[in-house]
Amino acid sequence: MLQVRLHGRGGQGAVTTAEMLSLAAFLEGRFAQAFPSFGSERTGAPVVAYARIDEKNEIRTHEPIQAPDVVLVQDRTLLAVVDVFSGIHPSGYAIINTTEKPEDVVPELCKQLPPGHVLTVPATDFAVQAMKMNKPGAPMLASLAAATDILKLESVQQSFQTRYPGKVGDANAEAAALAYNFLKEAIKGGK
Amino acid sequence: MLDKINFYQTGSNTVGNRLINPSMRTEQASVDRPNSLTCGHRACQGCGEALGARYAIDAAMKATSGQIMVVNATGCLEVFSTPYPESAWRLPWIHSLFGNTAAVGSGLAAAAKVRAELNGDSVTPRIIAQGGDGGTTDIGMGCLSGMFDRNDDVLYICYDNEAYMNTGVQRSSATPPAARTATTMPVGEEPGSDWGKGKDVPLIAMAHGIPYVATATIADLRDLETKVAKAMSFHGARYISILVPCPLGWGLKSSALTVTAARLAMETGFYPVYEAEYGQITSVRKIRQKQPVINYLQIQRRYAHLTGKKADPNVLARLQAMCDANIEHFGLLGDEAPQLNPAAIQAYERSKKV
Amino acid sequence: MSTEQIEGSLGVAKAVSLCKPGVVCAYPISPQTHIVENLGKFVKSGALKHCEYLNVESEFAAMSVAIGSSAGGVRTYTATASQGLLFMAEAVYSASGLGLPIVMTVASRAIGGPINIWNDHSDSLSQRDSGWLQLFCESNQDAVDTHIMAFKIAEKVGLPVMVCMDGFVLTHAFERLNLPSQEQVDAFLPKYEPREFLTPKEPISIGSMVGPEAFTEVRLLQQRKMLSSLQVIEDVTKEYREITGQHSGGLLDCYNCENADLKLIILGSSVGTAKDEIDRLKAQGINVGLISLKAYRPFPYAALKAAVGNSSQVVCVERAFSFGARGIICPEVKRALEGTSTKVCTALAGLGGRAIYGSTINGIVKHALDGKFKDEFTWFDIDTKVLNSYTRNALGITFPEGPIAESELEATLLRA
Repeated sequence: MLQVRLHGRGGQGAVTTAEMLSLAAFLEGRFAQAFPSFGSERTGAPVVAYARIDEKNEIRTHEPIQAPDVVLVQDRTLLAVVDVFSGIHPSGYAIINTTEKPEDVVPELCKQLPPGHVLTVPATDFAVQAMKMNKPGAPMLASLAAATDILKLESVQQSFQTRYPGKVGDANAEAAALAYNFLKEAIKGGK
Repeated sequence: MLDKINFYQTGSNTVGNRLINPSMRTEQASVDRPNSLTCGHRACQGCGEALGARYAIDAAMKATSGQIMVVNATGCLEVFSTPYPESAWRLPWIHSLFGNTAAVGSGLAAAAKVRAELNGDSVTPRIIAQGGDGGTTDIGMGCLSGMFDRNDDVLYICYDNEAYMNTGVQRSSATPPAARTATTMPVGEEPGSDWGKGKDVPLIAMAHGIPYVATATIADLRDLETKVAKAMSFHGARYISILVPCPLGWGLKSSALTVTAARLAMETGFYPVYEAEYGQITSVRKIRQKQPVINYLQIQRRYAHLTGKKADPNVLARLQAMCDANIEHFGLLGDEAPQLNPAAIQAYERSKKV
Repeated sequence: MSTEQIEGSLGVAKAVSLCKPGVVCAYPISPQTHIVENLGKFVKSGALKHCEYLNVESEFAAMSVAIGSSAGGVRTYTATASQGLLFMAEAVYSASGLGLPIVMTVASRAIGGPINIWNDHSDSLSQRDSGWLQLFCESNQDAVDTHIMAFKIAEKVGLPVMVCMDGFVLTHAFERLNLPSQEQVDAFLPKYEPREFLTPKEPISIGSMVGPEAFTEVRLLQQRKMLSSLQVIEDVTKEYREITGQHSGGLLDCYNCENADLKLIILGSSVGTAKDEIDRLKAQGINVGLISLKAYRPFPYAALKAAVGNSSQVVCVERAFSFGARGIICPEVKRALEGTSTKVCTALAGLGGRAIYGSTINGIVKHALDGKFKDEFTWFDIDTKVLNSYTRNALGITFPEGPIAESELEATLLRA
């Protein structure tokens, strides 16, 4: 079972991102679960959401994720506020929404996780470019798809298009494609 | 003095009734009368609420060809009409709680609509929710306002006897100032119920902009029946407040004085009788022969402290001033028109406070 | 049957919609709100036909409208949680006393003060004497299925049913759900035919005053109905499982109970978390059974006794308790096991949204196997640091790390 923890700020759609992650996995025929860290958080407050994916089995547990395999940070400013990488698996993945390089943002984590497991992506830029909104969820999930084989880009796109039929879903799909291509190029360049 | 105004009493054989077209007369007894609240119930001798309910519900039954279902708040009317295993109601009737009558009415109206839809019935039963002033103006106020807000197809009837009679005469927000109740005893500097308290629920109902609001008393049963029938011609939320004197709670000198007390409440201006549509007053029942408030107070022991030797004339003057203010606000005399926005009598009293 | 990846609240709304209620009353309170929001959408869009959707002004009105519509002969649904359940409590009792088969979701949440919007079971368990059936759900699939079964159970028994699902943990979880088709639900749940309702065609009086001459007998008959619901729940569950192939509902459900000397009794969403932990323990050679208690009212004494069997120890993992007393589930279990030598105790955990982790379950199991549950009642998942930060200065006492048994709490009264 793969466990993903998402950190964002209220209004950026972190909860939706987790739900779309589970929907994308579901569309690929897998078992998935997503849930928010429940609270009455207001716009701008730190928000946590969780997702689990299992290849074959129904997901029974309902505990919050303490040892994530993947951490997605939708807002770079959270790094100074929340211990976002708490409990991350030693061979896990971390993806951060920023224009900066991983070594410049989280040098310690880069040493802790295997090479290429800490990634940065300007998800907000892609979201604004495609949707004119700071909703970095689709580009973040697309980055996860680009960096791992957890998800296919098409499933990510399809999940948003299912949730938001029409223009908004298509714009999310476009933002996802931008991030996906960006990260694929970056990974290729890195190699 | 009281005998002089007997002329205006209505009923099958009274003088007033003979002056009107037979089809418009009230019927005390007739084979056609539904007798929805039938005999054998356990109301006190001279109960104003039993009289009011009997006329109101029968009028509604007549207006709808018997398509009435009633929701009843906890209170005297509920207790005296349905002691298990008996019921004095000859129509569908439900009691749930003290404070939820309007909401149960909303639910019943919704169910009636859905069932009519599903069964393809052409007629949908109509709903009356009813309760005393405690169950309406106090504990039931939230649900009442919610029902008005949604404009649910419910006629709410408040049988106003100005206190919690079922529990032994305690003050409600419909209790007038200076009146003695078990929780506003005639002691201290300002004996009886406090001045500057209370609320005017008919005006509050009007402020919801609902189709129809009326006040009535059991002293004018034909007026009451006409208003109920008129209420049934509207769909949506409707409210009628009926003044129903309580011989026990008011300390009437005789239980035969119930109707007289109600009539004096009208004729003194103590209880303005009017009707309103969509928040605007459309008609006012004029005072036929104005009476001083003392005539109303002196037949009730709950005001005994105002009429005895130790009585404070200032209190009497204040009550008279309240009646006069009502007469002015609602245009209860002569050709006066009501004010565009008649103020609650409590506003008059509160604005005078130093 | 369709399979969807959706929020638990939407799943429940779809399940309720499949049951074709005639009246739904809605009043917002977290974490129940998404359910009635979705139902409102279904009614507005025309997906749910012949349904009156009422936006009411309070929970008290929500239950009161439900009383009116159910007495008016229409299938009726509403949902609430926490303060809302308490605010409607008077009407909750009225609904059961009038024998109205209303179905209500309680998205279980703590009760204030201090105000707390997170999950525990203090709201639903506070209504245990209200005369409603109370069915707990361990997952969203269970919630979907239990709601559909609830209408049938309520209508067969003639009593209202509360479907208790953990707030947020289930209502807000996005999971894979199997939803039965309309044809399946129609075959299972017939068009609502009330036995008795208000209509001018046959006038009846409902809700008259009953004095001392008959009140006890009325209550006895109500209890008889409640007792009859045990069999109804089992029958309806069997029928539903046959039609849908799901494994939801029932009075209780056993997991790994064969030959387990220690058994846990859990209500609600922690059941799944515990199942995973029990599997991990089993891999380590530790055998622990789990009884998921589905029906809290009626309490399935006989079924529970059978499920416990000859286990020597039972721990009730409870998410609510009774002030001045102890656990709420534990005394019922003791009654069920009267005359046996099984030791029964409470591990209080998961209050006000404190998560119950697999590690919490592991801790409870180890505590039990080490014979450390010395009292009937133990505050299990205490954060000693938080507690001592107050008591050290304010009361001049500190607590040792770890669970606090009731006798240890009492002992601090002497120390202070």
